[in-house]
Amino acid sequence: MTSAWAMAWLILTPLVAAALAFAFPRLGRSLALGTAGVIGLAVAHLMRLVFANGVQTHLVSGWGAPLGIELRADGLSVLMLIVTALIGVAIALYSQRYFVSEHDDEALHRERYFWPLFLFLWTALDALYLSADIFNLYVTLEMLGFAAVTLLALAGTRAALTAALRYLFVSLSASLFYLLGVGLVYGQCGTVDLPSLAAQARSGPALWVALALMTGGLIAKAALFPLHGWLPPAHANAPAPVSALLSALVVKGPFYILLRLWFEAFPALMTPAVAQVFGALGAAAILWGSVNALFQPRLKLLIAYSTVAQLGYLFLLFPLAASREGGFMAWSGGLMLLGAHACAKTAMFLTAGNILHAAGHDRIKDLDGITHVLPVSVFAFGLAGMSLIGLPPSSGFAGKWLLLNAALAQGQWWWVAVMILGSLLAAAYIVRMLAHAFTRVNEPKTPNPIPPVMEGTALALALLAVVLGFASPWAAELLRVGAPVVGPIVMGGSVP
Amino acid sequence: MNLHSPILLGILLSSFVTGLVIFFLKEESHRLRTWLNLLGAGVKLVLVAVLLSGVYRGEPYTFAIEFLPGIPFALGADANSVLFVTLSSVLWFCTTLYAVGYLEHTPHRSRFFGFFSFCVTATTGIALSANLVTFLTFYELLTVTTYPLIVHRGTREALRGGKIYLTYTLIGGAVLLLAVVWLHALAGPVVFKERGVIQALAGTRRGELQVIFLLFMIGLGVKAALVPLHGWLPKAMVAPAPVSALLHAVAVVKAGAFGIVRIVYDVYGAQTAAALGVLHPLAVAAGVTIVYGSVRALFQDELKKRLAYSTVSQVSYIVLGTAILGPVSTIGGLVHLVHQGIMKITLFFCAGNYAETLGTHRVSEMNGVGRRMPLTTAAFTVAALGMIGVPPLAGYVSKWYLQKGAIQAGEEWVALVLGASSLLNAAYFLPILYRAWFNPPPEHWPAEHRFGTWETNWMLLLPPLVTAVLVIWAGVFAESSFSPLVWVKLVAAREYAP
Repeated sequence: MTSAWAMAWLILTPLVAAALAFAFPRLGRSLALGTAGVIGLAVAHLMRLVFANGVQTHLVSGWGAPLGIELRADGLSVLMLIVTALIGVAIALYSQRYFVSEHDDEALHRERYFWPLFLFLWTALDALYLSADIFNLYVTLEMLGFAAVTLLALAGTRAALTAALRYLFVSLSASLFYLLGVGLVYGQCGTVDLPSLAAQARSGPALWVALALMTGGLIAKAALFPLHGWLPPAHANAPAPVSALLSALVVKGPFYILLRLWFEAFPALMTPAVAQVFGALGAAAILWGSVNALFQPRLKLLIAYSTVAQLGYLFLLFPLAASREGGFMAWSGGLMLLGAHACAKTAMFLTAGNILHAAGHDRIKDLDGITHVLPVSVFAFGLAGMSLIGLPPSSGFAGKWLLLNAALAQGQWWWVAVMILGSLLAAAYIVRMLAHAFTRVNEPKTPNPIPPVMEGTALALALLAVVLGFASPWAAELLRVGAPVVGPIVMGGSVP
Repeated sequence: MNLHSPILLGILLSSFVTGLVIFFLKEESHRLRTWLNLLGAGVKLVLVAVLLSGVYRGEPYTFAIEFLPGIPFALGADANSVLFVTLSSVLWFCTTLYAVGYLEHTPHRSRFFGFFSFCVTATTGIALSANLVTFLTFYELLTVTTYPLIVHRGTREALRGGKIYLTYTLIGGAVLLLAVVWLHALAGPVVFKERGVIQALAGTRRGELQVIFLLFMIGLGVKAALVPLHGWLPKAMVAPAPVSALLHAVAVVKAGAFGIVRIVYDVYGAQTAAALGVLHPLAVAAGVTIVYGSVRALFQDELKKRLAYSTVSQVSYIVLGTAILGPVSTIGGLVHLVHQGIMKITLFFCAGNYAETLGTHRVSEMNGVGRRMPLTTAAFTVAALGMIGVPPLAGYVSKWYLQKGAIQAGEEWVALVLGASSLLNAAYFLPILYRAWFNPPPEHWPAEHRFGTWETNWMLLLPPLVTAVLVIWAGVFAESSFSPLVWVKLVAAREYAP
């Protein structure tokens, strides 16, 4: 199988499955499982090819840029596809039982629409990570936004609908900004193809405006502080598997496009000042999100604010990877954190779903003794928490280690302070939840039974978040393929 | 990797797998859980014995897999590791037996023993780490796995103690992380090696290395309970007695002290550290801690609290020995790593026995316990006298070497500190012994339980007796070929080899 086929399978399988699931609702569950299997194989194959032969490209129907659609997979794309596939598989498994176990016709009605939308979202993400021009990225971004908003609205509650409307408004206007920027770029450069833009290496006031418009739209979609306001209500009020998808995957799409724009298409515009501004917004997000998470009354809101904070870490990649010394360390560290966050956050939202299901609510102060009824879920929450805090050997640790190392090597100690403070705050909000869970109660309430697969999926992802730290050399090697930043992955070396 | 690496992994897995399996056991399968616990602890002991003889013969033990880019997850066994791993596996065996007896008929035992085993895995991991990043990994895992043990009872007080513990240790861990990352940014991957690995940088990066050393000592000092970072230790006393025993003698506090030993000898190297001028401040901090802990212990009526402050003081003997340059004080400090462990675990076992059998928690309630529980009190007496430094017990050996080492190094003030501390030790232990043996017992104990033939449950009685015998043996046979002292002399000889 060539890489073209692998890429085609990655986009077409979920798309066709989505259409089938819409037409034949009964098949939704099996279609999702089948899709998960096919995508898993295709991603593994594509990864092998990228490792062996470098960056893979494919011109759809043989039409090249600037007119045709080009699919392109480098190390970064493959990493994003792998993360998407992992989370996708987990959600497909978890949701097999999630809706049924509510024993309620409403829930079954929701499930009818959940599967096609979920598969469509998967299509959008895969297409996004394989697109090689900024207009196709726009199209996939719109698909992603549409699927995300509709999935959120599925919850059907007043709070969810309010949040969905707000999300829709932000998402649409952000897309508009982005599209304006694309238009300006096309007018200036005559192309929207990423490699061609990189080759032109142009700058000038019009491009500055274009990039500012696109960036503004993208950081609103990625919920970077101070444009994060829409995220907590949206992520906290969705059904559990949807919350997980939104937090783990959807917000990562626009972040990925930002990386492509600033590091690949217009690296000349990435001045130190710009990099520092990105970093400062990221730092503010870390602190603001973490402090807010500390004071949330509900578990799902706590997790949602934690997402705001964790997204902040990703933006520290800008000031650290833009520098020559240790740039690649920061680049791979930031992207490892992205994967770590995806696994850990999915595990957490799934756990929260289990707790909601068992206890009927997620008010943190009333969760005393939940350990005794849901030991596996609480254990999963704790493990995922380890990764968010960045305790070794978790994947969160590996990512932070590289970022910290790069920051110290470059003398940018202020980011070191922010990262360490952020870790401690994360520890505080996670322990706040765990302390309630460990509190002894005299008469534990009998909980609603939880299907084993729902607890098992959460635990598996949490374990993955912890042990994937050991995969960091592999991830770094993968990210090397076609990376826009260079440099060693180990610092120092004066010791024999 | 060589043929020996399975032993290193086996030592870790013997408790890790045990813990995993125990998590999935039903609460009622008491017998199976007990056998699994003892089996795991027994297997670990055997493997450690094999390791011990191998390292003595000079065989190399290494194991490494990829972890961070360019930095492996590496295990190894040098003389230092073996010292700590032997201590922890022997005392784990005793504590397991004790904990089974102690927790009979209480809820959530599967959870308890699961985390208990993980905690020991983390401790042995700390002992066997061959580089700084692996050490950091197990050090943080220890923090995490100890928390559920401290809050095990789930009471408000326990949760508060747990919160204080985590606040201290996680902040300490963050400082340690900063030190580790910074050192890596300067020096590249850091492996543990006798006489240190950073000599090359000592000339050019003096200031930075001094700051990093300070960060190391803060990060490790939290667990080692160096004043003023000791605040969590007395609060963590809400944990069940076997946990306290483990915390004070083997796991948390020792991990901090062992970390300091590692940093001074195997990362900086004692000579380099002395040249950087960082050892003297450390010695002063240890001296202050020794006196302060003893003074605070004097005023505690609650037995476990008194023992906790005594730990604050005694653990710093190890730090003090490490901070004074010279082979003799190295011997004194390292040997106390073992001696303090066996003495303190005996004391905590006994304190738990009094609480479980008679319901006495306070020193003022201990009148005549010696008549009601002669064996327990005998063990307590041996350990307490050892702590004071009465010959020929274990504590005497430590103090003798520390004293001699300090005088050789020209640090006479240390002799004063040690003398004062011994007097204070006597002042807070001897009244307990007097009460226990010579005062008449009260008519009713606060909450008495009867356990048939023996003065208490045999599973509670046997461990302190065994460890008390070890206290005597470590002192009387200090110069025989099977004693901690002889092993420590081997370490010191390697560190100060020309």
